[in-house]
Amino acid sequence: MSTTLDRPATPRFVDSASLIAGREITMRLRSKTFLISTGVLMLAVLASVVLGSLFGGQNEATKVAVVAGASSVVDGNAALDPVPVDDQAAGEQLLRDGEVDAIVVPSTSDPLGITVIGLDQTPSGVASALAVYPSVELLEPAAVDPMLAYFVAFGFGIVFFMSALTFGSTIAQSVVEEKQTRVVEILLSTVSARALLTGKVVGNSVLAFGQILAIAVIALLGLMLTGQKVLLGGLGTSVVWFIVFFAIGFVMLAALFAATAAMVSRAEDIGSVTTPVTMLVMLPYFLVIFFNDNPTVLAIMSYVPFSAPVGMPMRVFLGTAEWWEPIVSLAILLATTIAAVLIGERIYRNSLLKTGARVKLGDALRG
Amino acid sequence: MLELHDVTKRYGERLALDHVSFAVGDGRLTGFVGGNGAGKTTTMRIILGVLASDGGTVLLDGAPVGAADRRRFGYMPEERGLYPKMKVLEQTVYLARLHGWAPAAARANALELLERLGLGERTDDTIESLSLGNQQRAQIAAALVHRPEMLVLDEPFSGLDPMAVETVQAVLADVAATGVPVLFSSHQLDIVERLCDDLVIIAGGRIAASGTGEALRTQHGTERWELLVAGDAGWLRQQPGISVVEFDGGWAVFEAESDAAREAALTEAVSRGGLVSFSRERTSLAQIFKEVVQ
Repeated sequence: MSTTLDRPATPRFVDSASLIAGREITMRLRSKTFLISTGVLMLAVLASVVLGSLFGGQNEATKVAVVAGASSVVDGNAALDPVPVDDQAAGEQLLRDGEVDAIVVPSTSDPLGITVIGLDQTPSGVASALAVYPSVELLEPAAVDPMLAYFVAFGFGIVFFMSALTFGSTIAQSVVEEKQTRVVEILLSTVSARALLTGKVVGNSVLAFGQILAIAVIALLGLMLTGQKVLLGGLGTSVVWFIVFFAIGFVMLAALFAATAAMVSRAEDIGSVTTPVTMLVMLPYFLVIFFNDNPTVLAIMSYVPFSAPVGMPMRVFLGTAEWWEPIVSLAILLATTIAAVLIGERIYRNSLLKTGARVKLGDALRG
Repeated sequence: MLELHDVTKRYGERLALDHVSFAVGDGRLTGFVGGNGAGKTTTMRIILGVLASDGGTVLLDGAPVGAADRRRFGYMPEERGLYPKMKVLEQTVYLARLHGWAPAAARANALELLERLGLGERTDDTIESLSLGNQQRAQIAAALVHRPEMLVLDEPFSGLDPMAVETVQAVLADVAATGVPVLFSSHQLDIVERLCDDLVIIAGGRIAASGTGEALRTQHGTERWELLVAGDAGWLRQQPGISVVEFDGGWAVFEAESDAAREAALTEAVSRGGLVSFSRERTSLAQIFKEVVQ
């Protein structure tokens, strides 16, 4: 065996990290649990979009019977679908049959010149559609429908929460698996701890990102197929910011998940040791759901690195963020991410070979 | 050649390695022997760089070993482990690629080695589906697949059946024959004795003895002779300058004060008739180990 001639050069950091990332992705895609849970998530997104259109889309005009002479009042009212009848009796027949929700008849005694007849209760929908209001002007009009704001907040919140938690715990499991099966000692004698950590974070970030992208595509397709294009216009910019913030924020969380997981040696201990990081992921989710109508809380959230991926896109959507605010917040997030990666790498490197009892945080930091 | 000079390691108050120095020559199979907690694993981890020493140097061919050199080392840790859900071939190829081999060459290396280790039929099975012995073979493949320039194996024979021990012995001898220094630790002193060119004995974090097997025998073993005769060998006790160590009918093991006393005993045995055999008893590694460590 003349082995010295064909022996390869020492691999570069990038090569090692991408090999590790590649393995991480391949193994995950091979896992049935992962594929099934991703499929379920996709279906849930699609279902919520389609169901949303079914229930939200019932803005069909209310049918009313119109007796000749009142038609001028009803015609041109988008909320009402007039059914012309010859007289009030014919209208009453339709009303009793449930064909129409109300009858509009001309009335000389009424100031508006019409009377609305209902069956057993006041047809308030029809009445208000025909009501006359004085002209109203708002000094500070709300830019966004609060219901829509709630749904967008919920959307950002749950996508961030689910993806960060899913792939964060995937990283944690992958770190502990290597420790528990002791393969980590072979790996460390081959590549640096930094390459190992980088490969893991990159691999899982690619997966998380891929999943977010797939969710976005499915949601968009669903919206387009059900004809809800209207929504997209206002969402576009904030979705782009969300993706940018998520990409960086996830790297930060991934480094923290890997570092904390490296401190334990058994899969059973992952839950307890990663709890602080899990809290950091859950908090912005609950905050944005409960406080999406509170500008102060949102403003704070949009600058705190852990909640910025949800908070800042939300403010961009609501139109309450100045153009420079996402950039400043992104810079803060980036700086925090770099710090988290450096500290995380230190903990990771110092804890990997310490099997048995849980490594104390102080020891892990000192080395 | 791999050399350790005054390597020292502390775990808190405890001195785990105390100025450990020894060498592993090119193409030499070097056995690393010591009791539990003597410092074998710590020494090996320091050689591989997975643990930092508190002092001393590790040299490869006279130059300090760096991270790049260590990528060309092969290592089998005491704590066994591979990815349970990866397939045997896939895993071996992956490790070769981490060492920088191109995919095709990595695959060729892996296939050849797995065949050699008797895992040719199991390449598509996951590690977790293998028997413990076969997992051990896969572990050895993982240490060798990148054709290392230096091989360090922590207890490579533990958990192997006699057939596997023979296979692994042959593979290690082949690797050493290509000029690679091989260092391995073992509790099975008989295997070490049979396989090793050189020995390093460690006790309590210090090197108690090191050198070729022959040199250690001369240095630490007392020469003994074994006699087997057809009749009773009781007369041996009366021979001048002879002290009998073990005795059973016609069989005896004795030590001789001088060459003359030994020769006289042999002449006596021949003249009495019924001599079956007369030979020098090789000092076993176990005896040397006991003597050195005490």
